[in-house]
Amino acid sequence: MKKGLAYFELKQEIEEFLYQEADLLDTRKFREWLDLLAEDLVYFMPIRRNVKFGEHDERENTRQGEGISWFDEDKWTVTKRVEQILTGVHYAEEPLSRVTHMVSNVRLLDVKPSMEDPDEVTVGCRFLVFQSRVEYEHYTFIGRRTDVLRRNGDSWLIARRELILEQNVLLAKNLSILF
Amino acid sequence: MTSLPIDQLIDTQRGLISREIFVSPEFHKEELERLFSRAWLFVGHESQIPKPGDYFVSRMGDESVIMCRDAQSKVHVFLNSCRHRGMKVCRYEQGNTSLFVCPYHSWSYTTDGKLQGVPLYRALYEGTLDRSEWSLIEVPKLRIYKSTVWASWDAEAPDLMTYLGDAVDHLDQVLDCRDGRPGGSEVIGVHKWILPTNWKFAAENFLGDSYHNPSHRSVDMIGIGPSAQRGQRRDNEYAKGQHVWVGFPQGHGMHSVHMPEQFEYQPGYAQYPEVEEYFRHAFYERQRRLGNKARLLPFTGNLFPNTSWHGRQPRALCVWHPHSTTETEAWRFFLVDADAPAVVKDVSRRFYMRYSGPAGMTEQDDMENWLYATQSSKGTIARRYPFNYQMSMGAYKVDDPIPGMVSTQITDQTPRNYYRVYARYLKGESWDSLLGRDLAPLRAAAE
Repeated sequence: MKKGLAYFELKQEIEEFLYQEADLLDTRKFREWLDLLAEDLVYFMPIRRNVKFGEHDERENTRQGEGISWFDEDKWTVTKRVEQILTGVHYAEEPLSRVTHMVSNVRLLDVKPSMEDPDEVTVGCRFLVFQSRVEYEHYTFIGRRTDVLRRNGDSWLIARRELILEQNVLLAKNLSILF
Repeated sequence: MTSLPIDQLIDTQRGLISREIFVSPEFHKEELERLFSRAWLFVGHESQIPKPGDYFVSRMGDESVIMCRDAQSKVHVFLNSCRHRGMKVCRYEQGNTSLFVCPYHSWSYTTDGKLQGVPLYRALYEGTLDRSEWSLIEVPKLRIYKSTVWASWDAEAPDLMTYLGDAVDHLDQVLDCRDGRPGGSEVIGVHKWILPTNWKFAAENFLGDSYHNPSHRSVDMIGIGPSAQRGQRRDNEYAKGQHVWVGFPQGHGMHSVHMPEQFEYQPGYAQYPEVEEYFRHAFYERQRRLGNKARLLPFTGNLFPNTSWHGRQPRALCVWHPHSTTETEAWRFFLVDADAPAVVKDVSRRFYMRYSGPAGMTEQDDMENWLYATQSSKGTIARRYPFNYQMSMGAYKVDDPIPGMVSTQITDQTPRNYYRVYARYLKGESWDSLLGRDLAPLRAAAE
């Protein structure tokens, strides 16, 4: 991929979008956040396993579409998660957690059909999500993320989000926040 | 004998149980010493190790164990620790091997546990080290039941079937095919996560604590079940059944349903007509195969001490491994019929993921409750006040309409019975006592 001015302009636009998206979550504008998700969303966080050298590509992560992952779901399910928080009686998020989403190491991995007129962009980044809960509970979720964004007027829709969390046994009691 | 005042702290006659058993490090130590070293524990499932050389690393109590199938296809369970200096001989979760080679000094073990390789054996050990005496430490008791692998560290432990007793009728509802054929399940994935809670809160939850239903109000409001548009977190499969809460002399307890003599399929899976057709067909096949026995259907259960289940929606075995008094490593093994069509497996796994475990919309609320129940019981003042287990005192019948101590109303009878047995383990009693052989008639039991 040629990294000329068009690349950096687009990267700037995409970064802005990702930061604004993170801000919607961190400021608890969950309904508005849902509006950024494409109807055919894939939201996927595999479980990661300890495997022998040489078997990582094949076996390290659980696979989308088969078996059990932390998340392997569609927009309907993610919407249910938001609806549940908004009931006010989802005790794992009542009172609401304090959450900050950090996004860094942003790179455009694929742009279709062209850098000058992009309809679909695959973005790689790192995430650091900090959750503080009630008084003393706190969890840090760090990992790699790959998003597929689709042009939607002058903004973007998230069509796919894959979250590679750098943990094996999950070190948090819950994944009750949105990633 | 333990020095802890067990009978004072665990009074199942009056339904008063001290918070000490949930928060005191001494109880944690005694549990590992006297309970987890004796009771039958769930280790894994044969579908995880189908071929010779396949292994799956599991846990028993607070220790790592290797479940593996040797070159002759025999299943073993070994302590995951080198006999030489203790290093874990396997730090992968699952795979296939002919040898477990210790990374530390390279002692190596075959898949039947025998010590094979000892570097510089001739020069350094000849005449001293008898390799046949330094195999991996193997569980003295192992039993495979309908593909599930169970083990006990106590050579004197009774056979698994004796240990399970009549509770096996309920376990069967989890392990058997939906159409009533015996066994036939497979594990499609395992959750592992850390809970800042005492492990017994989780076990108790599955013993038949249907009283905590209000804590799941949010999922019932939004509807996450296979017929989500009707609301609720799962289908109501048992509309005309008699709910039963059943305790057994060995400490097992569950919430199941006893259906009337004639009962019909309750439509479910409204969002997935193909899957609905499968379960409807399986339902009537099961009735045809099992006859009167088909009347028993499962909700949740807990086999003493720490293996729990969800029987149908969702369908999984869970194990609560104690790390410390206030920390538990939870493992959940998700089950489907191995020969179910792909669409049934897919709809099932998607439902399991949104219902169960740390990302599960239902169970997140359980974890919140268990955490803060543990944390707020640690205080000096809090510990002076016991928990209340007085619900439905004495309100059960024996072997009516099914075997066991059967309550037809929500009850603390199953946990009272569980802690009666728990106390016996901590006091180091005989297997006759642990199996409740003195409880004939059962009316002499918990209350």
